[in-house]
Amino acid sequence: MATLIKERRIVADSWHLLERGPKGEMPEVPARGDVIVPLALWLARREELLARVEAGTLGVWIDANEGPEALAADVQRFPLIAVNFPKFGDGRGYSIARLLRERYGFKGELRAIGDVLHDHLFFMEQCGFDAFALREDQDAQEALSVFGTFSDGYQTSVLRPVPLFRRRLGAGKS
Amino acid sequence: MYIYDEIDQKLVDERVVQFRDQTRRFLAGKLSEDEFRALRLRNGLYIQRYAPMLRIAIPYGLLSTKQLRKLAQITRKYDRGYGHFSTRQNLQLNWPKIERVPDILAELATVQMHAIQTSGNSFRNITTDHFAGVARDEIVDSFVWCEIIRQWSTFHPEFSYLPRKFKFAVNGARSDRAAVAVHDVGLHAVKDDKGEVGFRVLVGGGLGRTPAIGFVIREFLPWRHLLTYIEAILRVYNRYGRRDNIHKARIKILVKERGPEKFREEVDAEWAHLKDGPATLIPEEIARIESRFTRPSYLRLPATDAGFEAELASDLAFANWHKRNVHPHKKAGYAAVTLSLKKTGVPPGDVTVEQMEKIADLADRYSFGELRVSHEQNLIFADVQLADLHSLWQEVRALGFATPNVGLLTNIICCPGGDFCSLANAKSIPVAEAIQQRFDDLDYLHDIGEIDVNISGCMNACGHHHVGHIGILGVDKNGEEWYQIEVGGNQGEIRPGRGASLGKVIGPSFARAEVPDVIEKLIECYLARRDSEVERFIDVVHRIGAEPFKESVYGNADQRAAHRRGQLASA
Repeated sequence: MATLIKERRIVADSWHLLERGPKGEMPEVPARGDVIVPLALWLARREELLARVEAGTLGVWIDANEGPEALAADVQRFPLIAVNFPKFGDGRGYSIARLLRERYGFKGELRAIGDVLHDHLFFMEQCGFDAFALREDQDAQEALSVFGTFSDGYQTSVLRPVPLFRRRLGAGKS
Repeated sequence: MYIYDEIDQKLVDERVVQFRDQTRRFLAGKLSEDEFRALRLRNGLYIQRYAPMLRIAIPYGLLSTKQLRKLAQITRKYDRGYGHFSTRQNLQLNWPKIERVPDILAELATVQMHAIQTSGNSFRNITTDHFAGVARDEIVDSFVWCEIIRQWSTFHPEFSYLPRKFKFAVNGARSDRAAVAVHDVGLHAVKDDKGEVGFRVLVGGGLGRTPAIGFVIREFLPWRHLLTYIEAILRVYNRYGRRDNIHKARIKILVKERGPEKFREEVDAEWAHLKDGPATLIPEEIARIESRFTRPSYLRLPATDAGFEAELASDLAFANWHKRNVHPHKKAGYAAVTLSLKKTGVPPGDVTVEQMEKIADLADRYSFGELRVSHEQNLIFADVQLADLHSLWQEVRALGFATPNVGLLTNIICCPGGDFCSLANAKSIPVAEAIQQRFDDLDYLHDIGEIDVNISGCMNACGHHHVGHIGILGVDKNGEEWYQIEVGGNQGEIRPGRGASLGKVIGPSFARAEVPDVIEKLIECYLARRDSEVERFIDVVHRIGAEPFKESVYGNADQRAAHRRGQLASA
């Protein structure tokens, strides 16, 4: 079981991630418990599962080659959306996260899953993730220190929507 | 020089701490080779054929003498006493030890330097015209815009794991000396009819194994929108650029697969959300960046200097050097000077620590304590008084950097090649040397006139062979080194009317020893067919086509057929 860091703390995880089978077949959705279902499953069974979303017990996960566009109007209903990183070097999830937060206004838990490593948490958090299901071999305690890596950043991000150049001006700094 | 403020400095210092921790965890076995690789490349550290290689960033090629002295000190302390200036305007060291790299980065940070993002699938050093700020045909000072993009592209949280590396070039003058058409994104400053500054934006250019000329995605992008627009380009690329095949992962492939028009539509759709948002640039920020650049305190000088004119008239060697290596300046009484790192027998771009220190002394005395690295792997003193040129020339000549060959055939762009690089199929430095030896007659070189000869040791094209007027590419055939010759490449619109183009291979490749003969035949063909001395090699290739050049090397079609029959018979 991967360790979960949420809002910079190690926490217990009640959510169960449902994955497709080896031939791409859709997983069974258990009748109770907190589950995260693949995007395609959600799209296929939306009507039937909507009540569980409203009850706060069903989340959805998006793979790197998918996008938040398909969720569009439903985004704000979900208690949790997860974004998969198939390989740590695959940076698509960073864009997906920003779109979910900045364009679709998602306020719930945004969780990074998959090849989620110590050295990637800082940028992930900047892009709007607040929960990280670390890869099993990662030292979660050590990883907690990573959020302070950089004290500032030049660009706009979810955590810093105003870019440094505007803040510098506001602070009257040279 | 751009002078860091507290925040700029802090971020670079924090990077050192981060990499020290990553190195510690790697050496303690907590990070796999593969995972550490992605992190060390972002700090310029490669594991090369013989040893690690560290690539130190020289943002847009601009360097102070304080920084150059620090580089010399680092090279002496951690390496074997010499460094290599690359075509990306960076400095490469070839023998640092992995465990000492964090210390090197810490030393660099003391002079506002780093190795951030000099490799890996992220934004690379932004390159520009080496005459930025002093060129007579300047539209804007491109250094200011390079620094704005440097800041935007440093530790970008969303775009730090792109499908592949990403290179920006910015040109601020009328002539394109930054090769904007062969970069992932090229920005060429322009002014509209109201005098407002903007950029012509090119996207999808590049060299490497699939060379491409960038397409103009926007003719005029007002400067305020620069960051939001490139953010839109990058978001489309980050989401949809191919990640399944490293050789198809550059943005040029995405542009090609989508088609330029479709790509433009996608960028525009993304930009509609970002345009006029908080990342929109403001005049105060441009002014702030401008004000953090140190500026030479030029003297008010007459346009000519009698002593200089007299030396020019009486000293032929000085006059030859002046003709090639001294360039006009926007301030009266000043000139820009190229120190050639292309002396025969020396690998192009290589300098020893002693030379670095002497160059720093000269730059302090003659050029306000600053210098530039050009993408042609030479050094530039941008602000020299005309009255000082003769004495500077004497000192530079004593150091071996006065080869009067800038723009001429022996000013070869060349990658480190098989002598140093694990990717290379063939050596490149000995080829450059053999050509330089063949063309050692200065009068003949001047007669041939302006020509770019570029050599790459493999199809990754670090020696920019696709945009050499003559390009030479090392290839591997059954474990042997062979060389393919191209003609017709051009890096950009340095002269009006001759835009960027890619060279075409003229035919079967050659053994290393044959290369100088081939170059000689191409040159003879050119000399026989040019209209006048004004018509350069590249102009003739474009006027008459490549066929006469092919014939000069391989014979006419009949001769080639006979030759092939002979080859088949002997095989």
